[in-house]
Amino acid sequence: MAKPRPLSPHLQVYRPQLTSVLSITHRASGVVLTTGTITLALWLTSVARGPEAFAVMASVVGHPLGQFVLFGYTVALFYHGTNGIRHLSWDLGFGLTLPEVYRSGYFVLGATCVLTALLWFSVWF
Amino acid sequence: MAEFALPANSKMTKGQSHSAPASAKNVKTFQIYRWSPDDDANPRVDVFNIDLDACGPMVLDALIKIKSEQDSSLTFRRSCREGICGSCSMNIDGTNTLACLKSIDEVKGDVKIFPLPHMPVVKDLVPDLSNAYRQLTSIEPWLKSDKVAPKGEERRQSPEEREKLDGLWECVLCFSCSTACPSYWWNSDEYLGPAVLLQAYRWVADSRDDHTSERLDALDDSFALYRCHTIMNCAKTCPKGLNPGKAIASIKSELASR
Repeated sequence: MAKPRPLSPHLQVYRPQLTSVLSITHRASGVVLTTGTITLALWLTSVARGPEAFAVMASVVGHPLGQFVLFGYTVALFYHGTNGIRHLSWDLGFGLTLPEVYRSGYFVLGATCVLTALLWFSVWF
Repeated sequence: MAEFALPANSKMTKGQSHSAPASAKNVKTFQIYRWSPDDDANPRVDVFNIDLDACGPMVLDALIKIKSEQDSSLTFRRSCREGICGSCSMNIDGTNTLACLKSIDEVKGDVKIFPLPHMPVVKDLVPDLSNAYRQLTSIEPWLKSDKVAPKGEERRQSPEEREKLDGLWECVLCFSCSTACPSYWWNSDEYLGPAVLLQAYRWVADSRDDHTSERLDALDDSFALYRCHTIMNCAKTCPKGLNPGKAIASIKSELASR
């Protein structure tokens, strides 16, 4: 008798908000960190396995594509780290008003850019 | 697992177009979600061009104008037209709000109107709120006191105790916040959502209530409460300027510190 009701559109129509975009980016950067940490572990074990294994790993990491992936890993690291502090402060009950949420959101984006730039500046120069 | 795409019966198609009178000089285009249980078609998006010079300032005024002049079958909830009843909540220009509090001027380009997101649709802009109301019932939103009220008097609160309810009692239960929350989209079967959790905290925070501990016990659940990941879309979209995310954080804090 009753026919199934359609589901109203959600992701299809909801305008991306700074709040939700930073939230999903936190999750995505967490996933990137997990895979990146596996790479880091491979790199460390290659040190233990001797010069040949290390040379292979060094050439992978030194390749422009490898450098690009490493760059992405550091962006994820700084974003997840600084936004993690934002989450910890929320869990302690601080910074939960809307203006504060926006201010800390923009601060996290800025801090991610600055910290990533500083790191790669120190690597290359 | 969250389903990000719309089911086959919910995909939207292009609908009909209604033009404004030829004499109209200040025409605004409204794109409005339509679905009726009376025919077998998928939802569609109809286009209504209306003359703003002959229309009130709010989106609700435009909806009423469309219903009276262009298509009387357009269906939506409304009552007080002043942001106090919470009936006309819908997704306007990409965020949830009350149609009566949203000025048409605020919207650049076409005004796109959909029902509250990720809800079963009864007709057009009317979502089925049964699940949300069931969840509201589950938190027992009424005063539970073991003491008998003083004869002929109200239950007294200090100004400080009363102040704790500010930002909580003003909620009109429009569910804009819950239906703006991605976590509620994916878990509304178990997660209570920001609107209901704000109500839950309203009673936890009430000095006259004697069942705080029981209330907290009931909320201490990995799904009912802790599906809140502090996304904060709720506070961003609340048409009354309330902060459900902060109320949920207060519940978590009460649970952590007892």
